[in-house]
Formats: sequence, structure tokens, C-alpha cells
Amino acid sequence: MPQQSCPLTSKQVVDLYFMEHRAKLLDIAAFLDRLERAKGDEGLQDVRVRALKKAIPILTDTSGENQANRAHRVLELLSDHTAEPTPAAHTQSALGADPNTDY
Amino acid sequence: MAYIDPHIHMVSRTTDDYRRMAQAGCVAITEPAFWAGFDRSSPAGFYDYFRQLTDVEPKRAAQYGIAHHCWLCINPKEAEDPVFAREVIKLIPEFLKKPNVLGIGEIGLNKNSRNELIILEEQIELAKQHQQLILVHTPHLEDKLKGTRITMDALANAGIDPGRVLIDHIEEHTVAEVLDRGFWAGMTLYPDSKCTPQRAVDIIECYGNERIWINSAGDWGPSDPLSVPKCHVEMRRRGHTQKLVEKISLENPLSFLRQSGRFMLPESV
Repeated sequence: MPQQSCPLTSKQVVDLYFMEHRAKLLDIAAFLDRLERAKGDEGLQDVRVRALKKAIPILTDTSGENQANRAHRVLELLSDHTAEPTPAAHTQSALGADPNTDY
Repeated sequence: MAYIDPHIHMVSRTTDDYRRMAQAGCVAITEPAFWAGFDRSSPAGFYDYFRQLTDVEPKRAAQYGIAHHCWLCINPKEAEDPVFAREVIKLIPEFLKKPNVLGIGEIGLNKNSRNELIILEEQIELAKQHQQLILVHTPHLEDKLKGTRITMDALANAGIDPGRVLIDHIEEHTVAEVLDRGFWAGMTLYPDSKCTPQRAVDIIECYGNERIWINSAGDWGPSDPLSVPKCHVEMRRRGHTQKLVEKISLENPLSFLRQSGRFMLPESV
């Protein structure tokens, strides 16, 4: 990734964006709570939920060279990494996480 | 500020959206052919759609001082049946003569299937035969990374100049490969999927402002025809210069689109 070039100071970034992202964090927390309160456990095992839970630690990972690349790493985690075309398109839509990955 | 929205589906938008976009500074749009939210039942449905893109929409846009251009193709969501798709492709050359047509698009992949790839390759060949620019749709969500790579390989295998291809809907995990291979990159501003204005500006900060643009891809789904000027606000609130905003939303689109020999801004601009 090339050099960072955000004109703001880190303090300005916090001042400008903290509330917006505090709200998004609470949305994720409430979503997971809602999931546990819902009937049945099928949703708890859904590949999308397993992928989401696996992505969350990336947000707090500050180890080594990967620390400045979180959005990229989350998208990579959620992606199909095979290379060959699929035999046929059985649906027109996408899930948001790769159904063939063992999250 | 005058700006171009280089990817928006106005057939799905109201005339009032044209008015609001004009008030926000939009002076030109380009409209790729896409999926209507349902599969057409016959090639004749596409014939009428191409008439709408080349005849009806330019007149609607002109009422608000907006120049309207378009791209023609069969989109990847309706490309799983090659026999049907080829019937649609046969219709395209007749419309390539229309003055507002810039090239072939938005072609690409959706579920990265073999048939989608066959039809993609045939439309790349069509563009090559007619010396047309290409606008590429990349797949959604988990299919994007793989589909972007397969598409770039198909373009390279066909010997297409990457400087005449815009790869759209790029995100953080695809932008570097697209730019490194010499293609143009488009960022789509959507409320849920694709990029938010904040992430689009992050990508510009990290990957630079050359061969890159932003678009709303406003259509019949959750989308915002004013997302481009909203992204300009995001750039300014971070302290980026007006010069950079104009580079992303005017100079860069002009540089790419003028390669068609047909793209024109309204005389008033």
C-alpha cells in the first residue's frame, strides 16, 4: 500500500468520526444479541455469522505489518479464493461471505 | 462544482433525480446497460432497452443541461444462457452507430461461471472488432476478488489495451491489482455494499488519484444519485483541495471517456 496521505491529524480523525463508528459498533453488538434471542439456532451457524465473528479480531489486530490494512484483510477473509470458473451460476445473488470457506 | 457521474442507471430513476443532480453540479453522465431486476423474456426486450438508452434518456437528461452517454451489452446476470445472450449481442452493432454510445459495458462476471466467461470473452471480441472502449462490472461481495482477476486475465488474453478499459466497483482488496495492471478503476458509492464515501476517499489517499474515478451506480435498488457530490463533501471535510475533487470527478472521467471520440460536455460547461 502506498504512503498514507490523510490531511487530518489523528486527533481530528477521532473528533470527526468517533460517534459514527461508535454507533456502528453498537449495531454489531445489538445484531449479535438479537441473533441469540431469536428462535432456533440455525442462524447462529450461518456462514455469514461465522465469517463476521472471524473478521472481528482483525479490527483489534495491531501486530506487525498488517496493522494498517484492516479493510483489505476483512474483504479478503470474506472472499472466494478459488481461481477456476464455477461450472454454472445457480443463483444470481451473493451472500457476503464465501459459502465454501470453513470459517 | 461541475462534475460527471460516469456510472448511473437513469432508466430506473425519476426525472426529479435529473433535476437534483443538475442542481448539485452534474453536467454529464454515462449509463451502462445492466440487469433490470428481472430477466428479460426475449431479445426484443433488449432492443427496446437499447432504444431507451440511445434515444429516450438523452432527451430526458438534456432538459436539465446534462449530457447523456451510454454503454451497450448483455449484462452478466443474464448471460448464463449463451444462446439467448448471443441473440442479444447480435443487436448491438446497429446501436454502436448512435452518437451517444461510448463503448461496450457493463460487461463482466456475476457468479464467475463458465458460461458468463464465454459471453464476456465474446463481448470483449465485439469491442475489439469495433474499436470500442470497455466498461467492466465486477461481481458482488464474496465473488468480487476472483471475478476481477478472471476478467483482467480475459482482457489481457484478448490483447486489449488496459488504458481503454475501466474496471468498476473496485474495493480495497482489488484496487491495487487493477491499477498495477494498467486499467482504470471505478469506485461505486453504495449505502450497504461496495464503497461508502469515507472508504472511497481512504482508497484515494492510499492508492493515489491517477486512473481512478467515483460513481453512484444509482439504480432501482438501495442507491443514491447524489452520492458523488456527497463524496466531494467528504473530501473537503478532510482538507483535500478543490483541485483533487475536480481531478477525480471531472479531469479523470474526461481523460478516459474522450478516448471514445464521442464524449462531449454540454456547451455551457
